[in-house]
Amino acid sequence: MAYEGMIAETISISGDKNQPISAYVARPLGPGPFPGIVLIHHAPGWDEFYRETTRRFAHHGYLAISHNLYHRAGEGKADDVAAKVRAEGGVPDAQVIGDTEGAVQWLRNNPTHNGKVGVWGTCSGGRQTFLYACHTKSIDCAVELWGGRVVMSKEELNPKQPTSPIEFTKNLSCPLLGLFGNEDRSPTPEQVNQHEAELKKHGKQYEFHRYDGAGHGFFYYDRPAYRIEQALDGWQKVWTFLGKHLAK
Amino acid sequence: MCTSIVEIVSADGAGKGGDGWFSLTHSVVSYDHPHHAVLEEAITIDFVNEALDPGTRVAVELTLESAKKLSGALARAIAAAEIEESHRFRPGER
Repeated sequence: MAYEGMIAETISISGDKNQPISAYVARPLGPGPFPGIVLIHHAPGWDEFYRETTRRFAHHGYLAISHNLYHRAGEGKADDVAAKVRAEGGVPDAQVIGDTEGAVQWLRNNPTHNGKVGVWGTCSGGRQTFLYACHTKSIDCAVELWGGRVVMSKEELNPKQPTSPIEFTKNLSCPLLGLFGNEDRSPTPEQVNQHEAELKKHGKQYEFHRYDGAGHGFFYYDRPAYRIEQALDGWQKVWTFLGKHLAK
Repeated sequence: MCTSIVEIVSADGAGKGGDGWFSLTHSVVSYDHPHHAVLEEAITIDFVNEALDPGTRVAVELTLESAKKLSGALARAIAAAEIEESHRFRPGER
């Protein structure tokens, strides 16, 4: 039997404007080199699902980091902190981009890293994954899972989210994998079509997979949105895509 | 947030959370993913004080139908309260 082990812990990293933010990191034991993955948490917060998924990536051989986009709202349980952020109108897109660049640089400075970085996010984190991938040249691929509000109406724009992410498509810097449920309402299938049309228009490298019988958040095994067949297939798509782009 | 359905209004009053009573500054109503209710989306209501720590809040997650009933009950109680207030005698008022 092969020996298995990992280390998982909370750390502090340098986020947007060099402000310290918390992060949860996990990696297999041993010298590596391991491919790097950044997980951008969803609207319900920096929660147990993201802790478990970070460890899941480590189990699959990745150096993984999930940074806390809600760090500045204060300490507390994930649902309480998420509610505080909601009461504040969410977090600014520019700050999310800066925080995520901090997480990427933490990976790149880790001695066990293989030099490749992917970014993975669900829900609002899917939107932010795409947004970040359009604002950086620091990563090798991105995985957007049911990113709501990549396509935003003028009425939805606000000082914290001043531009619809789809407007940045021409700047997408790396291959993109997108997984979506056809019963989702944020994004709707029509919005996913718009998203794909814009990627095609700019000649970007991408693959989108749409699942019947699934809505929003179909990987969430602790929520009624979970769809086992679609989630198993979706995870297989994730591993294949990351294996292709992050191996060295 | 994956939906953009969020309403934030100022609140003057008090709420009772896990650590007892606290003064309120805001009520936040949204339709989004619940944390606990076994629903894909819920009307969530948080009563908060923006100056206090995130754990100091009163939270509920309701089905849309329950939220409609609550909204109706609030409207009826407020209408009755306003009638009651209009009849209240206050010294110095005519």
